[in-house]
Amino acid sequence: MNPEIGQIIQEKFPSEFVGAKEFRNEITVSVKPERIVEIGRFLRDDSSLAFDHLSDIFSVDNPGREERFEVIYLLNSILYHHRLRLKTGLREDRCEIDSVYPVWRAAGFLEREVYDLMGIRFRNHPDLRRIFLPEDFDGHPLRKEFPTEGKGWRNTFDFLPTEEPQA
Amino acid sequence: MDLNEAPFRENRPPEEDDLPVRRNEELLLNMGPQHPATHGVLRVVLELEGEKIVKATPDLGYLHRGVEKLCEGLTYQQIIPHTDRLDYICSMTNNFAYVRAVEKLLGVSIPERGEYVRTIIAEMQRIVGHLFWLGTQALDIGAMTIFFWTFREREVLLDLFEQICGARLTMNYFRIGGVNGDLTPDVIGKLRDFLKTFPSKIDEYDTLLMNNRIWISRTKDIAVISAEDAVNFGLTGPTLRGSGVYYDIRKVEPYAAYAKVEWEVPLGRNGDTYDRYWVRMQEMIQSVRIISQCLDRLPDGPVLTDVPQVVAPPKEKVMQDMQSLIHHFIIFTEGFRPPAGEVYCATEAPKGELGFSIVSDGGPKPYRLKIRSPSYVHLGAFDHMARGYMIADIVTIFGSYDIVMGECDR
Repeated sequence: MNPEIGQIIQEKFPSEFVGAKEFRNEITVSVKPERIVEIGRFLRDDSSLAFDHLSDIFSVDNPGREERFEVIYLLNSILYHHRLRLKTGLREDRCEIDSVYPVWRAAGFLEREVYDLMGIRFRNHPDLRRIFLPEDFDGHPLRKEFPTEGKGWRNTFDFLPTEEPQA
Repeated sequence: MDLNEAPFRENRPPEEDDLPVRRNEELLLNMGPQHPATHGVLRVVLELEGEKIVKATPDLGYLHRGVEKLCEGLTYQQIIPHTDRLDYICSMTNNFAYVRAVEKLLGVSIPERGEYVRTIIAEMQRIVGHLFWLGTQALDIGAMTIFFWTFREREVLLDLFEQICGARLTMNYFRIGGVNGDLTPDVIGKLRDFLKTFPSKIDEYDTLLMNNRIWISRTKDIAVISAEDAVNFGLTGPTLRGSGVYYDIRKVEPYAAYAKVEWEVPLGRNGDTYDRYWVRMQEMIQSVRIISQCLDRLPDGPVLTDVPQVVAPPKEKVMQDMQSLIHHFIIFTEGFRPPAGEVYCATEAPKGELGFSIVSDGGPKPYRLKIRSPSYVHLGAFDHMARGYMIADIVTIFGSYDIVMGECDR
């Protein structure tokens, strides 16, 4: 692991850097969302970092906070075997971020999942559609206000028998 | 009568409209969701030019059950059986990956015997997973015999699993802090017998496939992906190693007892389906090596750690000891409270990197749990890998990922 990774990002992108911390040997670096593609490209191409492998993208909903949504990129270097958690916060009224698809093509599917389940839009994504849920689905289920039991559509499915069973 | 009718035309020089035109439109073909070779319910929309694939668009979600949302309402221990149902071919590895993530969050360590037992079980599961893959991949391509042969050996291991934990498919065997029960001498004896005969069985499979002309023509140079693309698409596991990239979490971030035994990481060269097949066959041989060494060195001691705040005490103690009764009651009514924080823990599952991200707010339930399933990420590269190949190769490419939709859709 490279504990100075926070400093490297801070020096390279001083206006974007928000903070860095370590928990259970994992380094988390928080950045602002505006230049995420540039930061991603730097992390991938820098010869001493070489984060060439995007493990995962996911999002966390924190209702009540000013930056309600967090988008988290889990990066991995196949070359040096180190990992990084890159984190950025989004406000609810502007929950849009640039797609990192040009940097890591693994983001194609991973961002579609975040869009589907959390409702965060990715600008310049080549094919931003819902991936698990039907196209006409209402809402984004991983948001905290969405009830786990669903909103009661189950009772309105037209293929369920509505007539009384004959005795 | 219309003067433009056919009889009059024969005396005129042919116009452009009259010439027979070769149709040159693309054909849109729907495959699935109920297709026997999609290993679950996956639909693919294929754009074809003749028999060639121009574009392949996977349509997922037919098996989406919202496991991540469900987990937000369950305590950490209640989630273990839900992980069984992700990749239902290899439920032991899913349990393992999940409990490792929770243990990392809690910061608990496992007794040495527990680590060895976990390694043995995980490698048995890898053999089961690879046998299942080999049988179904060969069946998809058209070789039926091998399916019966691999399921014969898989049966032996599933019987052992049944003896160890009472279940054959959804095992629910791992516990936070160890495993549910110890290996009995009977199980160890049967496992040793299996390990003695299994390498010769692998040779038997090879006699059917390795030099089989049909197998080679169906897998060689099919779905080639370069090492650079494979890394960029986030592929992991045998699919990545088939392209010659050295990345095995058991080696680069050793866990359990993998650092204490000797074994190698087989690497492919061309990144085609045949190399991925070869890598998986070699991995089974390596798994046999790992299990044999673990059995030889199996230390004595408990298989479950002794952290009363996290691990439920044994039932006998609960009935006699007040302290144990209190811990038991709290664990099963409230659950334990790990520290607030975020962890990501990756485990080498038979299909690739299976990772669990847990965001904890200090409460007894995870605030957010994300499952990084290898099948889902692999399917992201499907369009790239399928373009330019024939329609008959589609099932080969699915099979080559070792895809399971339960894990993909979650």
